[in-house]
Amino acid sequence: MKQLKTIMAIAVLLCGGSAAAADKYAQEAAALLKADFKSKGPATLERVTEQDEAQKACSSATPLPAKKAKALEEAQLKTVKYPADGSYLGDWKAGEKIAQSGRGMQSSDKVGDPNGGNCYACHQVSKEEISFGNIGPSLYQYGKLRGDSEAILKYTWAKLYNAQAFNACSRMPRFGHNGVLTEQQMKDVMALLLDPQSPVNK
Amino acid sequence: MRHISKVLVGAAGFAAAALALAGGQSDEIAKYRQLLADGNPAELWEMRGEELWKQKAGPNNVSLEQCDLGKGPGVLKGAYAELPRYFKDTKKVMDLEQRLMHCRMTLQGLTAEQASAQPFSATGKASDIEPMVAYITSQSRGIKMNVAMSHPEEKRAYEIGKKLFYYRGGSHDFACASCHSADKQRIRMQDLPNLTVKADAQAAYATWPAYRVSQGEVRTMQHRLNDCFRQQRFPEPVYASEAITAVTMFLARNANGGVYQGPALKR
Repeated sequence: MKQLKTIMAIAVLLCGGSAAAADKYAQEAAALLKADFKSKGPATLERVTEQDEAQKACSSATPLPAKKAKALEEAQLKTVKYPADGSYLGDWKAGEKIAQSGRGMQSSDKVGDPNGGNCYACHQVSKEEISFGNIGPSLYQYGKLRGDSEAILKYTWAKLYNAQAFNACSRMPRFGHNGVLTEQQMKDVMALLLDPQSPVNK
Repeated sequence: MRHISKVLVGAAGFAAAALALAGGQSDEIAKYRQLLADGNPAELWEMRGEELWKQKAGPNNVSLEQCDLGKGPGVLKGAYAELPRYFKDTKKVMDLEQRLMHCRMTLQGLTAEQASAQPFSATGKASDIEPMVAYITSQSRGIKMNVAMSHPEEKRAYEIGKKLFYYRGGSHDFACASCHSADKQRIRMQDLPNLTVKADAQAAYATWPAYRVSQGEVRTMQHRLNDCFRQQRFPEPVYASEAITAVTMFLARNANGGVYQGPALKR
């Protein structure tokens, strides 16, 4: 019994010790980011060193515990701004261009140039484009399968605006929340996904 | 097609292989690799690097032949397979590009600025560093990666590198881990190695530096990391910085046991 207590005491000490060490490494990593990276073009140092709540919570090798994930999703959902004029769908042709473009916010891009959404990097979108990634699910026939009810429009908008509202630590950029896409660009991507005339729904 | 003509111009020895490719076959890279199995254009960089290594240079007018890359002054064989490592003389963990810079400063008397000038070649501006790195790394070909974590500073560099690997930030919330911590993932058609598992980390790390067909140049590990950080929407890493060494330490250690095969040939 005494032995067990000793082991437990050591275990507590070790766990505490390693947590403190991990914290110290995180601080040192943050200091190195500040010292060893230089702002260039639209990729500024502040944008990386000043992590928001979601970026902080999602910077671990281990997944977020369920309770924290749920709290994060709720907080992120509150950030979503729906289109002021209540219309969700723009031009799917413009949306396709945004989905194809991987430009924007890189140190090699010009400040002020329009950003792409780079949807094809991770998703199948239309059937015609065969060069697509697999980090996200296929979006082919997105609208055909779901219809265009108010609920689907709102959900899809919110997902594009802030993917972490539904999936904490999602690897999908928060296009609206982080200002990567403008409201008009988001409407165009919405049309690509939901317009019956879009190649996505053919 | 542009890269093929570049090879033709730059390396007459490979002309036959490049011409054979000009037929416009599918799976260009795989064929290219096969054709050049016994002759990677990187060999030209290795030869140039050896010349630079042995050439007297700098205010001290000495060569780099007495540079200590961790296995003693002048020992090149297998040195890269054990980098990054802790160096007593600088009391720091250093990767190859940092250490090379250090040797150019301490042995040849170059300033930090001179020793890190033109780390990557650009049109009309050749790099001395890329060929020297190609030469040094070629001396570890066939040797198993064996990066130690016996010194506390090595452990520290690894742990900081791991933190940086998982650190999310910037306009797109990306970390290295966003693309490189799951199996069988692709960006567009490009396969992404899962750098947190041994087999993938070995296959990826043990083939850098590499002659990049698309660029017609040998590119170093730091060049590869810079391009990742660019796509990650991070600012630009400082050349030969501690942050880059830490990330390199994390990747190199994860690749331990893999046979080093660089400088390799890549897209």
